[in-house]
Amino acid sequence: MEISKLQKKLNEGKFVITSEIGPGKGTNLEFLKEADELKDKVDAINVTDLQSSVMRLGSLATCHLLIERGFEPIFQITCRDRNRLALQSDLLSAYVLGIRNVLCLTGDHPILGDHPESKPVFDLDSVSLLKVASMLMEGKDMKGNQLDGSPHFFLGAVVSPGYEPLELQIIKMEKKIEAGAKFFQTQAVYDLKKFEEFMKKVEKYKVPILGGIVLLKSAGMAKYMNENVAGVSVPDRYIEMMAKAKKEDRVKVSLQIGAELIKGMKGMCQGVHIMPLGWDKYVPELLSLSNLI
Amino acid sequence: MIYSELKIFEEILKITKEENLLLLACNGCAEVCKVSDDKSISEIEEKLKTNGKKIKRIIKIDFMCNKNLIVRKLSRFINDFSDNFGILVFSCGIGVQCVSNVIEKPIYPATNTIYLGGFQGLWPGEERCAECGMCYLGITGGICPITFCTKQLINGPCGGTNNGKCEIDSEKDCGWALIYEKLKRIEKLEILKEYQEPRNYKLCEPTGKIRKKIFYDVDKNEEL
Repeated sequence: MEISKLQKKLNEGKFVITSEIGPGKGTNLEFLKEADELKDKVDAINVTDLQSSVMRLGSLATCHLLIERGFEPIFQITCRDRNRLALQSDLLSAYVLGIRNVLCLTGDHPILGDHPESKPVFDLDSVSLLKVASMLMEGKDMKGNQLDGSPHFFLGAVVSPGYEPLELQIIKMEKKIEAGAKFFQTQAVYDLKKFEEFMKKVEKYKVPILGGIVLLKSAGMAKYMNENVAGVSVPDRYIEMMAKAKKEDRVKVSLQIGAELIKGMKGMCQGVHIMPLGWDKYVPELLSLSNLI
Repeated sequence: MIYSELKIFEEILKITKEENLLLLACNGCAEVCKVSDDKSISEIEEKLKTNGKKIKRIIKIDFMCNKNLIVRKLSRFINDFSDNFGILVFSCGIGVQCVSNVIEKPIYPATNTIYLGGFQGLWPGEERCAECGMCYLGITGGICPITFCTKQLINGPCGGTNNGKCEIDSEKDCGWALIYEKLKRIEKLEILKEYQEPRNYKLCEPTGKIRKKIFYDVDKNEEL
């Protein structure tokens, strides 16, 4: 049985790097080239599951294509579109296609996407999905029926260190751990002090945490996230840095900010999760500025 | 009329955390459904006593969906509300939410609401009941996660809560933010840590037998 390299590296106490790609809307596989920029630079690549509730090529097939290209994927699976039968079945399918890392999420509401009239499923939630995946690993479906061959996964979940009230977020995190989460990736972090406080509160769980990095593309993007993205607050200092940067210097300044955050996080958590949002080609430079490669 | 059924006793015992209980029974639909009639109440009372609970008082309210009635009636007994005290409500989900809305105490539903058939057009406030057949109000401080959470989540909030508002509408309160605040106020936050099994959607579909009973009751006034 091939085990997750991500799991192995975390078990060895090494600092890990994960990144993320979003499949395109259609059958064009050009987007996989984004992943090629990350070859041998990151330990695993998340594949989002119809991110922002927009109908696209699926995460499962894309993860499989990544494996064929020599990458280790992290299969993101949400509860938005599938009921408990389909979720369990897709987890089994993922395993036979070679997928070992699974990130279980509740998922955005369909109203936020391009098919707002669709029926929101949410038959399970992130916690019960983790529990069900753990049961499959023990050789049983969620009703206790015996499986003929069981999967083995490295199960992950998400947590938002900037969530208010943090106590509520930590209660949910605790439930995810009890349900089988073995690693966490976080929402984008911009405030290292707040992140450090969060890490102190959760270190007792001894579960590896990969701090989230989203590269700022402009001051406008930072302001937009501050207003609209739950748990994200970009400090004024970074917004000013982006606003002052000339257009041709924006990438440079953005990478500087990213590197500052990664270097700051390095002593606090077990890895970073970089969400490039199309800026995959800059990830190698970011890692180099952060002294990670 | 709103049709409800008593929860199994083991569940009532599990959700009521306090030693001292007030039994609050609705004289409306729930009484007709025989979940809050004298016989049902005294049976549950006996079983609770056998299991170490102290029943401080049994109070009947004509319509639990009327918050005015609840406040006026309960204000007479305010001194009963000691520490280690909870209220077990025998009414539909709307009634349980109404009690929770006006009384800052741990409140638990003794029933599951399964059908709103023949409802008479009266909807007294912001409370909504989804007839889910498996009332969660006892684990959420009396705020319904099925009707207040856009995703109908039962294990806590999703990551989309922003400043206490829902990810789909910045003017809509996040149900789980409300639940958290309420449980914190009544010092029952530990309930949130309990894992809730996936919902049983079979219970959302009332049987043909029940549907017939209700329509006969409302439309033809026959014996239930």
